[in-house]
Amino acid sequence: MPDVDLRVNLAGVTLKNPVVVASGTFGFGREYGQFYDLGELGGICAKGLTLHRREGNPAPRIAETPMGILNSVGLQNPGVDAFIAEELPFLRQFDTKVIANISGNTPEEYGVMCEKLDGAGVDLIEVNISCPNVKAGGLAYGTRPELAAEVTQVAKAHAGKTPVMVKLSPNVTDVTEIAKAVADAGADALSLINTIRGMRIDVNTGRPILKMNTGGLSGPAVLPVAVRMVWEVACAVPGLPILGMGGVSKGEDAAQLMLAGASAVAVGTALFADPFAPLTVRDGLAALAARQGLARVAELTGGVKPW
Amino acid sequence: MKVERKCKIVSKERLNHDAVYMVLEAGDMVRTSCKGPGQFVHIKCGDSLLLRRPISVCSCQEDEPEDLVAIAFEVRGEGTQWLADRAVGGTLDVMGLLGNGFSIKPEGRYLLVGGGIGIPPMRGCAQYTEGRSTAILGGRSADKIILRDLFERECAKVLIATDDGSLGHHGFVDALVRQELEQDRAYDAVLACGPKPMLRNVAKVAAEFSVPCQVSMEERMGCGVGACLVCACDMKDGSRKHVCKDGPVFDSREVDWDA
Repeated sequence: MPDVDLRVNLAGVTLKNPVVVASGTFGFGREYGQFYDLGELGGICAKGLTLHRREGNPAPRIAETPMGILNSVGLQNPGVDAFIAEELPFLRQFDTKVIANISGNTPEEYGVMCEKLDGAGVDLIEVNISCPNVKAGGLAYGTRPELAAEVTQVAKAHAGKTPVMVKLSPNVTDVTEIAKAVADAGADALSLINTIRGMRIDVNTGRPILKMNTGGLSGPAVLPVAVRMVWEVACAVPGLPILGMGGVSKGEDAAQLMLAGASAVAVGTALFADPFAPLTVRDGLAALAARQGLARVAELTGGVKPW
Repeated sequence: MKVERKCKIVSKERLNHDAVYMVLEAGDMVRTSCKGPGQFVHIKCGDSLLLRRPISVCSCQEDEPEDLVAIAFEVRGEGTQWLADRAVGGTLDVMGLLGNGFSIKPEGRYLLVGGGIGIPPMRGCAQYTEGRSTAILGGRSADKIILRDLFERECAKVLIATDDGSLGHHGFVDALVRQELEQDRAYDAVLACGPKPMLRNVAKVAAEFSVPCQVSMEERMGCGVGACLVCACDMKDGSRKHVCKDGPVFDSREVDWDA
């Protein structure tokens, strides 16, 4: 089979292949860097950052569900300054793109973090307006178009030349409304989907498994929702690059998201079963593109032929 | 480099109605990642379950042609049932050895405390200290006192407590820890593994006698290597550490027992 060109463009950033690891599933790369060269990855979305250190939610923070998991980590992280000082230099050693993921309590906090990260030099900033596991900010920004637009504007105004990608929540009635608002506010790209709110109860005790009662669902169970939302958003805001994610664990899953309109994909939950999952997805995607006779994997993007 | 590999099941034994003992051929896993007794392996339990199951290492040794890792686990749900059903000669997808074990010296003398399925991880400590340590084993009833013969061979003394009084002291292990420390405080540390209420009580007794105490904690786990941050353990200083990467063994004084 001929070699397929795996390079893709995401908001002006060239990724060596379309497979990125999803924020919150890969720490700051050090752990999985013990399994393989991080330079094999198209990009790394680092663990979600806040302006100040956060300890996150009490345990249990994870529950297994049919073909999925629920998590309620709650943005545990060392804060943006510690990331820049201690983690970014490590990530910068590898031939891969570094995507910082940020969450703020106020639009101003998003601005401050963007300024710091642009100064420190990351390849992309992913603005999280959709974390289901924090009380302030988080999901609230992601479910109201005017707030999502405000956060996007502030982030753009402070991010300098660093492209801003806004991560959308699936926990809304119409994801295209938020996507349009964020696009109009100047977002350079969109990423979706974040986790879907869910709950699991221990029938013997009557207690929810998660200490926070509810959490975010991820894993293969959410793939069809992700494909549908990526497709809807791609139709609603044509031309705006999309990083698709949600339940990707093999090449075919990634291809579905790309056909639906994604320029690149992120792998997350699949890592927990298989640390090598992102590489398996990359190779599977390359094989699939080769079988279809494509010269470039990017040709898949938006190729769906709806009935 | 961290190890993820296929391991062959070389033997399997039922320890009681719920507990299974297995020996795995693990390539060079012990040589490359052993940090001492108390680590764990993270095992994939079939294709339909997304999360691996963390299982404590009971004992491990460098060996030819392959290193050997012994595990013991209790069937508690779908994943451990799948694992218990595997046949000798079959292979498992295993990550390991993960986490940090007990901080112990081979020439030391320790008071080892294991409760229920917390008994097996203490066995490595017994072996490591070559007969100098004392073991206190506890469980709901006599059948839950597993691996007793190994501890009797590898420890200077073995004390037993059962909740229902069917074997040894009628009551909890912390009463035996107190009884032992009242007679003899010359232990380098108390090392314990078991349910959290048991660990809290054991840590309290050790503190009363000013004997250092290390505890092996359990929490629902995701990645097993410190990337996903789900297995949080509340610390006294208000921080949250992670059982898979910072633990599973912690100094009992660091843990917030009221959380």
